[in-house]
Amino acid sequence: MANSSGRMLLSQSDGPVSRFRAWVLIVIPLLAILFQVYVPLFFPILSFLEMPLLVVVYLSLTQRSQVGGLLTGALIGLAQDSLSKNPLGMFGICKTLVGYFAASVGVHFNVDNTVIRLFLSFLFYFFHQTLYWVMQRMLLAQQPPFDYQSWLLFGALNAVVGVFLFHFLDKLRAAV
Amino acid sequence: MESFVNRYRNLTILLLVIFAQFLLLAVQVKNDQDVRIIRVWTVTAVTPFARVVELLRGGSVGFFRNYILLHDEDAENRRLRQQVGQLKLENIFLKNELNTAERAKALGVFQARTPSKTLAATVIGTGAGSNAKVVYVDAGSTRGVERGMAVVTPDGIVGKVIAAYPTASEILLATDADFAAGVVSQDGGVRGTLKGQGTPLLKVDYVPIQEKVQVGQWFYTSGDDRIFPRGFPVGVVRSVRDAQPFKEILLDPVGLQRGLEDVLIITQGVHQDIPPTPVADQPVYIAPPPPDESKPAPPAAAGASPPITEADKLRQEYQDSGEAQGHKFGSGESGPPNFTGITTTLPKPLPQTPTPAAAVPAIAGPKPATGATTKTTDSTRHSNQANGEPTGSTQR
Repeated sequence: MANSSGRMLLSQSDGPVSRFRAWVLIVIPLLAILFQVYVPLFFPILSFLEMPLLVVVYLSLTQRSQVGGLLTGALIGLAQDSLSKNPLGMFGICKTLVGYFAASVGVHFNVDNTVIRLFLSFLFYFFHQTLYWVMQRMLLAQQPPFDYQSWLLFGALNAVVGVFLFHFLDKLRAAV
Repeated sequence: MESFVNRYRNLTILLLVIFAQFLLLAVQVKNDQDVRIIRVWTVTAVTPFARVVELLRGGSVGFFRNYILLHDEDAENRRLRQQVGQLKLENIFLKNELNTAERAKALGVFQARTPSKTLAATVIGTGAGSNAKVVYVDAGSTRGVERGMAVVTPDGIVGKVIAAYPTASEILLATDADFAAGVVSQDGGVRGTLKGQGTPLLKVDYVPIQEKVQVGQWFYTSGDDRIFPRGFPVGVVRSVRDAQPFKEILLDPVGLQRGLEDVLIITQGVHQDIPPTPVADQPVYIAPPPPDESKPAPPAAAGASPPITEADKLRQEYQDSGEAQGHKFGSGESGPPNFTGITTTLPKPLPQTPTPAAAVPAIAGPKPATGATTKTTDSTRHSNQANGEPTGSTQR
């Protein structure tokens, strides 16, 4: 995946080649997790934002490698688990699957279109929340409410934020 | 087999990764034990960044709010702007210093007054889960924090430590659905179990419907849970409803009302008495204002000073009444005068000269209200408390 110039070759399809510096792949997830940990402390209204999830979706879509996507999801998810009070693996499993499916979509479709990105961000947010809810019930024997109305709303908001975030990350990718 | 694995390589890796995480999850759930090493790595990696961000925020928020945003408003006059800018910078610096000092002072005063040993800590982050009511503070096991320690503010309880890492600790807030603590009503008649609900309100469970609980009543920690020492304020009853088989009591948490920035971790708890009056309603003595030096002093009457105090006035009235009856005070020639005609109501007793420590009732043992007391804001209370004599031990 890495070439001698220190750049990461991320695309395995016949489409245009996407490149990221290695440090970007570390810094962006780290910033997303820091955002999740720190920003809601002072702006509780922003706690609906799932930055780690959006970063997983973006990296997986652009990587177009299913293995890369699922590993990205697993690592970010486990890091998020480590900073939450739930057992390790809850976010890990959800984001692993999100990463895998996002990368699968990236292999088959052109995901540079804004509308597709909006739809995918919404879809993966809803999938993530639903899967997490199922796992809470099945694996942890908890009884969280099935608050699908909030998920729909927050999914839409996350999708809008995701579009802008992806646009910014695209620039970052093109700049290097 | 090999060709099958090669053909479905991606799917195989996905299943392996998922299976590994399921295994990890199962081990934790079955043994009720955490895989601590992974959490330690992550927390140790993330908290230094969070601490730096918090440091930068603390220094720059005031600057951006008070200087940058106001900078364009006085663009008309360059010279004045420079002067104003300089003054603002000085002002910002002083304000920040004051804010920090006030926060530290409030915590310091509380630390000094409470008999429990406490450790001050700053909140540096929240839990990563969207529904999690957990925060991270900058004090960890290297500073003596241990899992299970209670976390409070001068206003009330905040939560408890659920994990202590070398550089930080994870605090489960009282509003989290997994939180529970023993509580008792102010009069000590009603005991229950405090539970978080994942909402801003707390619930007191297991209170029989025969018990009398009123809206506005205060609840305190009972000490039964062996986490929170007895006598720390928990909250005020917002609503009470009879439900089967127990009452449904909702509390407004007092410890979380003003947001969370600085907290105290109780490293060695000491049970306290529950105060007879709610913390917020406890009267605070305020000394009378100093005499206005700009006004000229009233001319003193020759030979006798006019009555100044209530006692002097009262004495004067009794003296006049006696003289009107022809009684000579001190001679012993006539019988005692008849004072029953005096209708003056006795003045309320003035408080004794307050020592700073006695001026503000402590949570553990509040002083009864006196005639010259009044309610003040908390900032006034803190400033009064600042003069209190330390009775506990402090760490920072």
